[in-house]
Parts: sequence; C-alpha cells; structure tokens
Amino acid sequence: MKADQSLDCVGLYCPMPIVKTAEKIKELKPGEVLEVVADDKGITKDMPAWCRATGHEFLGTEEKGGEIKVYVKKTGE
Amino acid sequence: MAEKEKLTIVMFSGNLDQALAGFIIATTAASMGMAVSIFFTFWGLNIIKKNEGGIKSKGLMQKMLNFMNRGGSKRLKLSRFNMLGLGTAMMKRLMKDANYPSIDEFITMAHQMGVKLIACTTTCGIMGLEEGSFRSEVESLAGAAYFLGEARESKTTLFI
Repeated sequence: MKADQSLDCVGLYCPMPIVKTAEKIKELKPGEVLEVVADDKGITKDMPAWCRATGHEFLGTEEKGGEIKVYVKKTGE
Repeated sequence: MAEKEKLTIVMFSGNLDQALAGFIIATTAASMGMAVSIFFTFWGLNIIKKNEGGIKSKGLMQKMLNFMNRGGSKRLKLSRFNMLGLGTAMMKRLMKDANYPSIDEFITMAHQMGVKLIACTTTCGIMGLEEGSFRSEVESLAGAAYFLGEARESKTTLFI
C-alpha cells in the first residue's frame, strides 16, 4: 500500500506505537496515509481500536515475516 | 469538536508493576483523545514523590514514616519477586533492554500528553506530605469530592 509518511516502531512495545502514531498523525494533512511499521503483534488489534476512538480511517494490515505494517488515513479535523 | 471522553484512575498502589499498568493505560487513553486524570492516594503517592527526597514533615511518626517510606519513581518495587531488590533490578534491566520507558519517563510523557496528576489531600495530611513533596508534574492536591466529580463524568474509572 502507498503511504505519504512512514513511522518506524520496530522494537517498541504497547503503548509506544500508539503513542507515537498519535503524535505523528498531527504532521499529516487530512486524506494522507500514514504507514506504521512494527513487530509487536498487539498493533493489529490496537490500531483499529485507536482509529475507532479517534475517527481516523483504518485501511488495513500487511504482515511479512515478523514485520507488521498498518495503514491509517487521516480524516479531516 | 465534541467534548472529550474522560478516564479517571485511582492509583492506590505504589508498586512498580501496578504503576506501570496505570501509566500504560493513561498514556494510551490520552493518545486516543481522552481527557485523563490520575488521583494518587496512599501508597500511590510514592510514585509522584520527588526522587531527591527532602520531605519535611512535623511529627516524629510522620518523620519516621517518610524516612522508611521514602518513595520516588526510581525507588518503586515489584509487588512480587522483589527478592530484596534483586527481582526489581532485574525487571528494570529487562525493561531497559526492551527499550521500554521507565516509570520516570512515563510520568514525564503522561504530563506532556496532558494527563492530570493529582495528589489526595487527606493522605497528604495524615502522612505529613506537603505540595513541595511532589514532583513538578503534579498539578494539584484535591479530595474525594473532586475525584467523584471527575469519576461520575468519566466513561471509564479504574482503581489500581
């Protein structure tokens, strides 16, 4: 999936990927896509839940080996 | 934007593991756009006491208590397997090796994210703790009524 920005969270455990995503998403414009790369499996459940709470759109997960990529589309303010 | 959902946590315990659980939930909730307050009471006050110590209390018993129960985020122990500090030291080592934030870092992070840290006045009064006993991130001292005022407006309330 194509993303406008990427956030490296490899080696970080819950809640750091979510905390960093919440910080990073402020840099994006509405409609842009953020890719978060992580290796903590929790993110596959945490990111959709975070999106439901914040209103951003969860686009999906890609898993390759131990690496997990999740995609979030920023919605308007 | 609609009013933020609220999370209120009572941090009663002063153990490293329990403090960690509290701060993980608090920082995550703040990331999810919630307004978070943590009320520290009884042993939980140890988490937010200054690491440098220097607590001035009046009576002999309060002095003894604050000497033995010094507190500070860097002095917290595990609720289990402390093993005279060895277990706690090992857990801190594991957290460090995993690049995981310490309680100290969690407190700073939570504060920067807008989490309100509040110390319970009653316990402070009984234990002889003044506002100066706590680190700068602690916003205020308040009582049970303020807690309940926040709690009844909160979607989630936790007692740790």
